Amino acid sequence: MDIDLITNILYAAIRTGTPLLLVALGEMICEKSGVLNLGQEGMMLLGAVAGFIAVYHTDSFMLGFVIAALSGVLASLIFAFVALNLNATQVATGLALTIFGTGLSAFIGSDYEGKTIEALPTIGFEILQNIPLIGKALFAQDAMVYFSWFMVIGCYIFFRAHRAGLAVRAAGENPDVGSNLGLPVMKIRYLAVMFGGAMAGLAGGYLSIAYTPLWTENMTAGKGWIALALVVFASWRIERVMLGAYLFGFASIMHLFAQGLGISISSNLLAILPYAATLIVLVVLSRNSEKLKLFEPVALGKPWHKTR
Amino acid sequence: MLKIEARAQPSKHWAYFSPILAVVLTLITGAILFSSLGQNPVEALYIFFISPIEDWYGISELLVKCIPILLCAYGLSLCYRASVWNIGAEGQLLMGGLIGSAMALQFVHSDSIWAMPLTLLAGILGGAAWAGIAAFLKLKMNSNEILVTIMLNYIALNLLVWAVHGPLKDPQGFNFPESALFAQSTILPVLFEGTRLHLGLVFVLLALAIIWVFVSKTFIGFQIRVLGMDKAAAKMAGFSQNKLSALVLLVCGGLAGLAGASEVSGPIGQLVPSISPGYGYAAIIVAFLGRLHPLGITLAGLLMALIFMGGEMAQISLALPSAITGIFQGLILFYLLSSDVLIRYRIKIKLPPINSVKKRVYPTQTEAQ
Amino acid sequence: MKKALKVVGLALGLVASASSFAQEKLKVGFVYVSPTGEAGWTYNHDQARLSLEEAFPGVVKTTFVENVAEGADAERVITQLAKSGHELIFTTSFGYMNPTIKVAKRFPNVKFEHATGYKRADNVGTYFDRIYEARYLTGVVAGYMSKTDVVGYIGAFPIPEVVRGINAFALGVRSVKPNAKVKVVWVNTWFDPAKEREAANSLIDQKADVITFHTDSPAPVQAAQEAGIYAIGYHSDMSEYGEKAHLTAAVHNWKGFYKKRVEQVLAGTWKSEDVWQGFAGGMTELAPFSPAVPAEVVSKVEALKTKIIAGEFHPFSGPLKNQAGELILKSGEVMSDEALLGMNYYVEGVDGKLK
Repeated sequence: MDIDLITNILYAAIRTGTPLLLVALGEMICEKSGVLNLGQEGMMLLGAVAGFIAVYHTDSFMLGFVIAALSGVLASLIFAFVALNLNATQVATGLALTIFGTGLSAFIGSDYEGKTIEALPTIGFEILQNIPLIGKALFAQDAMVYFSWFMVIGCYIFFRAHRAGLAVRAAGENPDVGSNLGLPVMKIRYLAVMFGGAMAGLAGGYLSIAYTPLWTENMTAGKGWIALALVVFASWRIERVMLGAYLFGFASIMHLFAQGLGISISSNLLAILPYAATLIVLVVLSRNSEKLKLFEPVALGKPWHKTR
Repeated sequence: MLKIEARAQPSKHWAYFSPILAVVLTLITGAILFSSLGQNPVEALYIFFISPIEDWYGISELLVKCIPILLCAYGLSLCYRASVWNIGAEGQLLMGGLIGSAMALQFVHSDSIWAMPLTLLAGILGGAAWAGIAAFLKLKMNSNEILVTIMLNYIALNLLVWAVHGPLKDPQGFNFPESALFAQSTILPVLFEGTRLHLGLVFVLLALAIIWVFVSKTFIGFQIRVLGMDKAAAKMAGFSQNKLSALVLLVCGGLAGLAGASEVSGPIGQLVPSISPGYGYAAIIVAFLGRLHPLGITLAGLLMALIFMGGEMAQISLALPSAITGIFQGLILFYLLSSDVLIRYRIKIKLPPINSVKKRVYPTQTEAQ
Repeated sequence: MKKALKVVGLALGLVASASSFAQEKLKVGFVYVSPTGEAGWTYNHDQARLSLEEAFPGVVKTTFVENVAEGADAERVITQLAKSGHELIFTTSFGYMNPTIKVAKRFPNVKFEHATGYKRADNVGTYFDRIYEARYLTGVVAGYMSKTDVVGYIGAFPIPEVVRGINAFALGVRSVKPNAKVKVVWVNTWFDPAKEREAANSLIDQKADVITFHTDSPAPVQAAQEAGIYAIGYHSDMSEYGEKAHLTAAVHNWKGFYKKRVEQVLAGTWKSEDVWQGFAGGMTELAPFSPAVPAEVVSKVEALKTKIIAGEFHPFSGPLKNQAGELILKSGEVMSDEALLGMNYYVEGVDGKLK
């Protein structure tokens, strides 16, 4: 294996992991506030179709991503109303959103199937992108990859150094106590759900605008589920979400590279690789149960309603 | 301002009326949707909801479609009652289909009376074993079952695809990815002449009865309920949380495996790559929609299957795209989930007082901790 | 209350019966495995369906059901079409083979046409195109255009149809560049644009400078365009997804066949047949060549095409060696249709293992 190939594999791993990183980051914040939204797949698809349509008509990438994020937010508001205001089961409501979003996006997008747009260009940093091995992966990506890093850092600071971050965690750990202390738990949860929706919409938009610049029905192909798994995998820690997304991206392109490198395992079995790798890493990471429990939001998925 | 207020007791009244309200709301929204698409709303709703089941054949098909969904959903409801978040019915179903097929293919040229029971048994064991992996990793390795079961779904799918392209491929099939057709001795008998309604329906009814009795009348069922409600209390009462978690996972895996084996030895009659169009995922919704109660699940499963078939009828008779199915399923789910709020809460309309300034107190960092 | 219910029931019944005997047209049904919008396999069939409506205005009414899973659902959908008065039903994916045969037994007066399968009955015909002829010719084009002598091929599943295409393509490539290699990556899905693109990139990173694919989305063409290499489309002309990259495409055309079968049903002369046609029958075509392909290459390919149509040349003619270098077809022999149908090995020049 030559060095160019490794450079390219790293580059591809980051690109492949980016939509997962975006949606998983949003879902993680949402879960931190105690809300389990299984509607990522639906929100991603709505973001993908809306973003694509916007870019198709306006040629503005900026507008495309804004619209993608907004559609994700709109979709997440349906979830928030049913799950938070009406206290319906979060798991079922999220799944309903996935089904609804899949259908609605296919319906909206039917006239745009098979159309194509220019892809989001990459932005290369002179000199830096020529660093051997990692230069291309880190400094020759498109704007959304850089944006995803910005969001990772932003979230990290938000939770480590900002009071609002604590408030979100309080809403997810013990909403009753938080509420008694005067925290607007409902508002916090709403905002967290909307953030999750925006990130899912952006992830969808990344697929239809940057990654494969076209819209097709159900184009997320289960990425929302993987993102859900990644949040658990990361045990609700931001740096691990990033690690998990890239690890999964790496594993899922490695099974394609491995075929080209002449490894003689059935391609069907190689396709198991990303899932098995994620599973094994999780098992290794989660042996220490006490440490793990520290990060899981205690009130996750439990309906809560202000009693007074 | 809309305010909701908890009821002291869940309303019996609304427990029955909320689904009706949801259906009415869906019909109204559906009528608006169809009108906006230029369809006659009455006709369109008729085609969507009545025409799939207007004859005996249609009803039999509805039941055929329900069988795998319900078997999975009953099992899942046990898991969810015990707060075990098993998302893996799909993988367990696929493994049931795969292992069941491997057994069935031993009987391709045989009319042994053991062919069918052994196929089903292999399916049950396959599904249970797949769930067993999740149980083992959860209990011994502290791995989160949501992640484990999602990953196992994908792994099961790829294993099935591998098997059907490899060892279980029909030797006479020009290398196409499907197994040989199962022998008649393996195929589940059809219950009513002229339909595809097979023995699987009996399994569903048995599972319904057993789970119902199990949950409401037995001590283990009681334990599961307590475990689901309050882990600390369960621990105090000396229940073995681990044993119960393992039990519900294995039962669910077994039922899902039976569903898979029943599909391949029932309406499909061979192993193909796509034995499940997502039954295991549909079952998650059906389980919650049915409020984790066996009867509710049965009704929810029938409804989901009806919408699937209605979507096909809408394509055939109205030339509407298949996306309409998802939109309708999503809508009715949202309405059902929303209407259920009336069981536990009262809705009150309150007008906000004019000029009210709410004072908000934010805690300082130390307080929040 | 009862009265009201009766009225509603009556109204519903009236509506239903009014719709059921609205027209006496010939109803033709189509069952699709994926949505009609994607640019691949189903899109092509749907284009042909639409051309039927145009060709027989007022005489033929077409219906389709999309996204029909190849499991227990297929039989129900096909039955539903047969029950609702469709006299000719096209089932357009391999997995519908056994369901089609089962339904056909129960509806002896309905005619069925199953694409890509091998089981027939008195009222079930099969059809497919010899797309490998186009694969061979696009391989010739790829051979001329490749500088690295590495060409890439993205496969969906290792089934004979796909393997045949890979082999034909490799033979075409190596008829021009005897030392060239065809690298194959299997994605294990018919349709997942992101994965198809990742596969394309992995091939490009391994020095492939022409890629083609046997999956359903145009994502590989886009990947080639972005990487500044060439691509060969599949299913239909995919030049709009990458004008610079797209050299030509191996194209299915079902329009003529569907029209002929409908005419036969109208005339009462339809008979179950095994139709497997290529360039000669107009079922397989090449998309227009891009300006990047030199004129002499175009003329050479056109000449080969004429020879194929005339029956003077077969892409799978001996001497032919498999990957291990064993002779599988002697000089002067032409591979039988049966051997083509079940092909499960790579020919010499294809890189990687087939399992």
